Amino acid sequence: MLSFDLEFVRGDFRLQARAELANGATGICGPSGSGKSTLLALIAGLLRPQSGMLEFAGSRLVDVAAGVFVPPWRRHFALVFQDGQLFPHMTVHDNLLYGLRRREPRQRRFELSQVLELLEIGSLLARRPAQLSGGERQRVALGRALLSSPRLLLLDEPLAALDDRLRQQILPFLRRVKDETQLPLVYVSHVLAEVGYLADRTLWIEDGRLVQRPDRAGDFAERPGAAGQPVIRPA
Amino acid sequence: MLTAAEWEAVQLSSRVALWATLVCLPLGVFVGWALARRQFRGKFLVEVLVQLPMVLPPVVPGLALLLLFGTQGPIGRWLEQSFGIVLAFTWKGAVIASAVMAFPLLVQPVRVAFRMIDARLEQAAATLGATPWDAFRSVALPLALPGVLAGAVLCFSRSLGEFGATMAFVGNIPGETRTLPLAIYSFMHRPGGEAAALRLALLSMALAVLALAASHWLTRRAERRLGYLDSQAPRA
Repeated sequence: MLSFDLEFVRGDFRLQARAELANGATGICGPSGSGKSTLLALIAGLLRPQSGMLEFAGSRLVDVAAGVFVPPWRRHFALVFQDGQLFPHMTVHDNLLYGLRRREPRQRRFELSQVLELLEIGSLLARRPAQLSGGERQRVALGRALLSSPRLLLLDEPLAALDDRLRQQILPFLRRVKDETQLPLVYVSHVLAEVGYLADRTLWIEDGRLVQRPDRAGDFAERPGAAGQPVIRPA
Repeated sequence: MLTAAEWEAVQLSSRVALWATLVCLPLGVFVGWALARRQFRGKFLVEVLVQLPMVLPPVVPGLALLLLFGTQGPIGRWLEQSFGIVLAFTWKGAVIASAVMAFPLLVQPVRVAFRMIDARLEQAAATLGATPWDAFRSVALPLALPGVLAGAVLCFSRSLGEFGATMAFVGNIPGETRTLPLAIYSFMHRPGGEAAALRLALLSMALAVLALAASHWLTRRAERRLGYLDSQAPRA
């Protein structure tokens, strides 16, 4: 389904990742600064690799040598950020429909009502993102991603900004999304337990290298302050 | 309350300031966005060029405009021959002079406004199928709106008060280029003109206060609409 062989360098940091991912859920686990988010950004097309290629469902989206680079807005890989990145000037309703309105009707896979029910966010439609709790925000972000009818769902530490109690609340929703939509997804986290709960297979990333098996297993310590950067500061 | 000549100056100033703001807005939003978001060759040069009129004696940009856009200047001659547009010693020239001088005051708040927007919001828009232009229009620009409004009001106010560059480029012609500050200056140099000068000076002050109040109000309103104020309230 998704295969890539990418090399990305910025400053001292070098990411080398090569994998072939089948359908279903792939977990990528690794400590902060290991390149997890960079890898997702490369898959989403938000970053350009220095060399390599990326293929999805038989079509080549990136081929540096041949000068091929399909931009993110034509890949239809929705990315859920750890802090949601909801549009603060829009209501929950308009946030949810942002991607849907940009998809041709015949390519839409979900309806608003389905997603509202799946994620239990129907009562939030009129609110602004600033009026949501962290857990609600992540559910809306997930709903917005689903409604864009992505071909692949990318989740970048979607629970990292939440406390333990909320994590336990959101995880079942993620499981539900995975089971009921059958969307292929790539889930990145430093918490092995989360990845294990959701993913059909797990890859590890360490110091910018994607490996099948880690030198050491278990949860990785989170670097303090790495999660939850402020989204919008008041003017 | 005001004589015909004084009214003329007020109206001319308003017209010049309005046009200068309209000319500056699209370019100012683009330049402010590019300076906040893009890395490009010659960025420093653009920054210097944009800020330069603010730190130069205003008469210097006025002289530069005269040399470039005057009837003998290369651009001025081309404009006149190709389109029949004459800028030197006309109110349109006063618009250009005001626009050049006020441009930095527009760009600065716009740039800050764009910089404060998390770039990942535009990235999120891109992964949801928005082209860069679409993401700019639907996400970045509405979020930067308070800054754009504040910049536009500053630009308008600065244009109302433009003196040095206007004087150097288009002179001080009653009814054509004699804007409010130039009228005040002229009245000051006329025997018995002090009262008129003072009236116009007070009027300038009132206009400036009004503009600042409008800027404040527009910014607050836009911020509230964008939910900034809500975000300071305790979260549910």
